[in-house]
Amino acid sequence: MPDLKIHLIPIDVTINDKRYQVEVEPRLLLVEFIREKIGLTGTHVGCDTSYCGACTVLLNGETIKSCTTLAVQADGATVLTVEGLESADGLHPLQQSFREHHGLQCGYCTPGMLLSSYALLEENPDPSRDDIKKRLAGNICRCTGYQNIYTAVEEASKLYKEA
Amino acid sequence: MYPAPFNYFRPSSLEDAIALLIELDEDCKIMSGGQSLIPMMKLRVGEPAPVVDIARIPDLSYIKQVGDVIHIGALTPHQKIANSDIAASLPFLKDCGGGIADHQVRSRGTIGGSVSAADPNCDWPTLMKALNADIVCTGPKGERVINIADFIVDAYTTTIEPAELVTEVRFTLPAGNQSGAYVVFKKSAPAYPSASAAVFLELDENNICRQASFALGCAAPVAVRSSSAEAYLVGKAVTEDNLEHTAQQLVACAQPKSNAQNSEEYQIKLLTAVFIEAANRTISRCHNETVTKGHLYA
Repeated sequence: MPDLKIHLIPIDVTINDKRYQVEVEPRLLLVEFIREKIGLTGTHVGCDTSYCGACTVLLNGETIKSCTTLAVQADGATVLTVEGLESADGLHPLQQSFREHHGLQCGYCTPGMLLSSYALLEENPDPSRDDIKKRLAGNICRCTGYQNIYTAVEEASKLYKEA
Repeated sequence: MYPAPFNYFRPSSLEDAIALLIELDEDCKIMSGGQSLIPMMKLRVGEPAPVVDIARIPDLSYIKQVGDVIHIGALTPHQKIANSDIAASLPFLKDCGGGIADHQVRSRGTIGGSVSAADPNCDWPTLMKALNADIVCTGPKGERVINIADFIVDAYTTTIEPAELVTEVRFTLPAGNQSGAYVVFKKSAPAYPSASAAVFLELDENNICRQASFALGCAAPVAVRSSSAEAYLVGKAVTEDNLEHTAQQLVACAQPKSNAQNSEEYQIKLLTAVFIEAANRTISRCHNETVTKGHLYA
């Protein structure tokens, strides 16, 4: 029989270009690993049921809900969180655009909105408003009514084209 | 919310996975993307059990056509299916794969997980029922090919054997010149569908139906088909009246139950509406029109 004593699993994860080699309990959620073990609290826990998208991060370039992913599933992967968007030059164009176009009010959903928008613009630098709406369907905002978020992403896509 | 403690195994080959399943002797959960399993574990539904993570098994993520059969590897994520060249020519695959939950869930969740979970509200089982698909299970005795009607036998219940894994979903392209569509009604993107319908039709030049197959999801413990409803429409023009009558016969086979959200009567109306919408989109596709509409939302 395999060892039935609960064991720690070694994982090797690169988050925002920094490598972490640690041992984790299999039941540790990726979002808890990011927030509580690494201390990057920009990734939020909203509904904790895979619904709201506040915990969205990029795992190997794809958006995922980190509340519905185990840290062990990220072994060997690269993760991008909201802290990884800003560079030495300052805010990311998406962050600037969210600020300029009032794409947030309370800000709780914003990290997830930014990462879903980032993944969209990486795939399609010139999305229609409908493309943006579809892509952000898994990110819930209870403040803005979404219109300013869509505008912020549209305007950021123009900055992408200029860059 | 944390799941209860569990042991975690990550076999790196199909052979290792099967050997491990034999060793663990039924008492384990198989996980690929974890998009159905992890929420259940977080709610602590069921007894804690060791988790066998099959996501790293190579060569099980693909969609390909061989002759007139489409083969989809069990570990293929929904989004990968939706983005595939094959889905571009078979838009019902894009309707289904590209409409499951949201992009985040579609990046992780897999078709093998969806059919194995056998949730009556899940999307792939309904579409695959209408396509009369086969599920390939691989275990200690090799491969078994099981028709989906014999695989999903009740809500959350399949006829998979101990130490077997779903390794492929395959279906023969609908015979003749059939087009298809899959439509669901749901409250928001990440929510499970409240009603779903898959419709396949072949029409002649006078809009007379030559072949038909339908399935309803969220309608009963397993996806509902009705040979009498399909037979009723064959040989008839696809008029509004005939579709209404077909819908009536089909939903008569459903077993809707009132719940906190929907009354039985409302559920029947939803099922009828998604069937009619899927039929109309299919008719447009039969006329070579491009239909890229998404699902219906509350």
